[in-house]
Amino acid sequence: MSLLELRAVDKIFGGLHAVRGVSFQVERGAIFGLIGPNGAGKTTLFNVITGVYTPEHGQILFDGQNIAGLKPALIAERGVARTFQNIRIFRTMTVAENVMVAGHHLHKASIASAMLRTRAYDRDEQALAKRAHELLEVLGLAELADEVAGSLPYGSQRRLEIARGLMLSPQLLLLDEPAAGMNSQEARTLNEQIRFLRDQLGLTVILVEHNMAVVMNVCETIHVVDHGETIAQGTPAEIKVHPKVLAAYLGEEEPGTEASP
Amino acid sequence: MRAAVRLAIAAAALLAIYGLQLGVEAGFTEYVQRIILLAGINVILAVGLNLINGTTGQFSIGHAGFMAVGAYGTAFVGVQLAGPVHAALGSGAFSDALVFNLALLAGALFAGIFGLIVGMPSLRLRGDYLAVVTLGFGEIIRILFNNATFLGSATGYSGDDPSGLPAYTNFFWVFAWVAAIVILIHNLTFSQTGRSLTAIREDEIAAEAMATPTTRLKVTAFAISAATAGIAGGLFAHMQAGVRPEDFRFERSIDMVVMIIVGGLGSISGAILGGIFVAVSLELMRDLQQYRLVLYALLLIVIMIVRPQGLLGARELHHLLRRKKPAKATTPSESA
Amino acid sequence: MTQFLQQIINGLSLGSIYALIALGYTMVYGILKLINFAHGEVFMVGAYTGFYAAGALGVAGFEAQNQGFPWYLALLVLIIAMAAAALLGVTIEFLAYRPVRSAPRLTPLITAIGVSLFLQNAGMLLFSPNPQRYPAILSEVRFELFGVIVTNIKLTIFAVALCLMLGLHLFVQKTWTGRAMRALSFNIDAAKLMGIDTNQVIRSTFAIGSGLAAAGGILFGLDQITINPLMGVLTGLKAFVAAVLGGIGSIPGAVVGGLLIGLAEQLTAGYLSPEYRDAITFVILILILLLKPEGLLGIVRVEKV
Repeated sequence: MSLLELRAVDKIFGGLHAVRGVSFQVERGAIFGLIGPNGAGKTTLFNVITGVYTPEHGQILFDGQNIAGLKPALIAERGVARTFQNIRIFRTMTVAENVMVAGHHLHKASIASAMLRTRAYDRDEQALAKRAHELLEVLGLAELADEVAGSLPYGSQRRLEIARGLMLSPQLLLLDEPAAGMNSQEARTLNEQIRFLRDQLGLTVILVEHNMAVVMNVCETIHVVDHGETIAQGTPAEIKVHPKVLAAYLGEEEPGTEASP
Repeated sequence: MRAAVRLAIAAAALLAIYGLQLGVEAGFTEYVQRIILLAGINVILAVGLNLINGTTGQFSIGHAGFMAVGAYGTAFVGVQLAGPVHAALGSGAFSDALVFNLALLAGALFAGIFGLIVGMPSLRLRGDYLAVVTLGFGEIIRILFNNATFLGSATGYSGDDPSGLPAYTNFFWVFAWVAAIVILIHNLTFSQTGRSLTAIREDEIAAEAMATPTTRLKVTAFAISAATAGIAGGLFAHMQAGVRPEDFRFERSIDMVVMIIVGGLGSISGAILGGIFVAVSLELMRDLQQYRLVLYALLLIVIMIVRPQGLLGARELHHLLRRKKPAKATTPSESA
Repeated sequence: MTQFLQQIINGLSLGSIYALIALGYTMVYGILKLINFAHGEVFMVGAYTGFYAAGALGVAGFEAQNQGFPWYLALLVLIIAMAAAALLGVTIEFLAYRPVRSAPRLTPLITAIGVSLFLQNAGMLLFSPNPQRYPAILSEVRFELFGVIVTNIKLTIFAVALCLMLGLHLFVQKTWTGRAMRALSFNIDAAKLMGIDTNQVIRSTFAIGSGLAAAGGILFGLDQITINPLMGVLTGLKAFVAAVLGGIGSIPGAVVGGLLIGLAEQLTAGYLSPEYRDAITFVILILILLLKPEGLLGIVRVEKV
């Protein structure tokens, strides 16, 4: 059974049919790419998978269970972590605190015990801090643990978002344009990090990305959407020469067709 | 062992507060004492409101309603309890203390329940809409009390005794409760729950994506802040002869907002300073009579234009005193 | 039946006044996303300006001789009040709101509350806290229509409100500034990029909204006979609820909302109890915010994630 399966998912905003009948399967341990021209519906798909939007039709099966329409917090609890296109870290909190926020499942103590600082609370808090530090180490952010998150350079902020997501102990990690704003050297490092996440941490990764150097290099399967619809799926080699994909990105020979912004 | 140490510290603290009370009552006039008590009550209001408005970023401008619930609740329960308790334990400081504190807890409970009732539907709204709906609820609560005949309607509630409500409130009780509430709220703010609340303030969508139960936490914070307003209300009630709906108008809610804004939204030490500031400055301006409120409003406008983050911003006094280490130099691969 | 019709007439005339005030709230919110708490006080100042202007123009003399105040002088009073209010509105915008325009949403909200409190208390200092009787700028004439008592004052309220609203409609649809106002309410940054002088448009918005509120103030004075410096608080709040009910940011919404609130208030006072006439507005506020926060004629905005 695949870890994530979308079955004929539709998302409509008023007059805009953002996602039309999209279906795909993501196997456990895959590094899966989701690409398409701007406005194709990729981030909308992420939002639907993570519960920010409820699809009008279709099913989203995570580990066999339909999660379509569930609240984001519930889906996150079940093991789906994500990063955001325009980095949504908690800017005024420290790096360590950012990661610790996601540690609800490690922190069983109640609000009352927090107010009274019971021994059970202190134990949970220490375990939380420890786990957060481990994750920061993994992503090379350990030295910045007490820095205010908003003051970090861009690349570090992106890694912080990933560390925060990992705190959920997820099975599935959705990365939304992780290579945005990176130069080719940074992009290469990113590729290694993504492989590391899968190889060493056992994560399944879905990547929305425009940077073809990253996509073609690190993804094993690529799913292409345009105007909300699936137009191709295959290996990087297949996708590179797929006529529909080329047409979507580069436009037809005849004038008049244009990907919407 | 730990519990024993904590109890010892608490006992010492209470003793210290009692000592301060003796000093205050001996050294200051009735008038100044009243201001000190009001300052303490303000601190409770401010620290409580700061939890929801500051830390969680959910702006409520109708909290006077919860103060009213606490005031009426405490007064009413206190009157009901006085008889049985005095019968069982005789009259005197101990039974008074028991009645008062049980009544305060009851008032806090009622206020907290109202907080849940208001919070649950309202906290689905954001920003301006939330502020306005809390204003609406605050007014409705006041109108309810204004029409509640068993609580005296517009003339207010002053218990069974012709001389009014028992004057339980004194320096000791106000500041014992101030200490308790500040410690509890401080612990809460600097805990995983507090972190989650701050995350909700910073970016609710990201917080949700990180499995934070945002609705449950927002409503809980709201209820806790309502309960603290209730305690303040109960303390306030027993400084007066009676409780009247007039005492809990929209202006009272705005006073509370001013306290936390002046001190710095999101800062507990700021809330404490702001609470004291408002109590003191309102008194100092009393000589200016009718100009007083005009100046107060002008002060508010000027603060918002010139220094909206208030005295401390969202930082705590003790964090400012401990300097943060400078940011590390970035490695070459991270420069954009 | 006649009692019902009576309540309807009264409710609609009160509602017309609320609508005039609500328009100011809705236009400002549409562009700046700011709840102009001080708008109720502009309404109050408009009423008082009318009071003093009528006094200066000798209304007392006409009253003493049981003669009607000449219509051209009444019109002058209206114009003076609207102009004064417009000036006040623009001044408030310039001094208090513009400096905080780019601040997080909370700051302007608190500033607006501050301005409102300032004007209320300044009003009590300048105009005396005691209620004043409104001069007979229009001397009351009663008719009876199908058993319902209608006064010329009520008719004037309808007429003036209707004219002003039509005027506003034409302005917003046909003039350049009006179109610019609509553009700003959709996307203020895009409007700036199109070269529109946003400050100018915002000034106009405040001026127009304030002028309408002042007209409402005079009509209110004529209808309710007494005015006091705190009259803007409750009435302003009700007009704000009206704007929210209709859909804040929507001009037709403000009109619909105003009329509905006026009707609700009058019917509640007539059939339930006068005690609850104010409470019903708050109940409506809560219901609409919980059930349909975008209002009856408003549009739902989806947040982009």
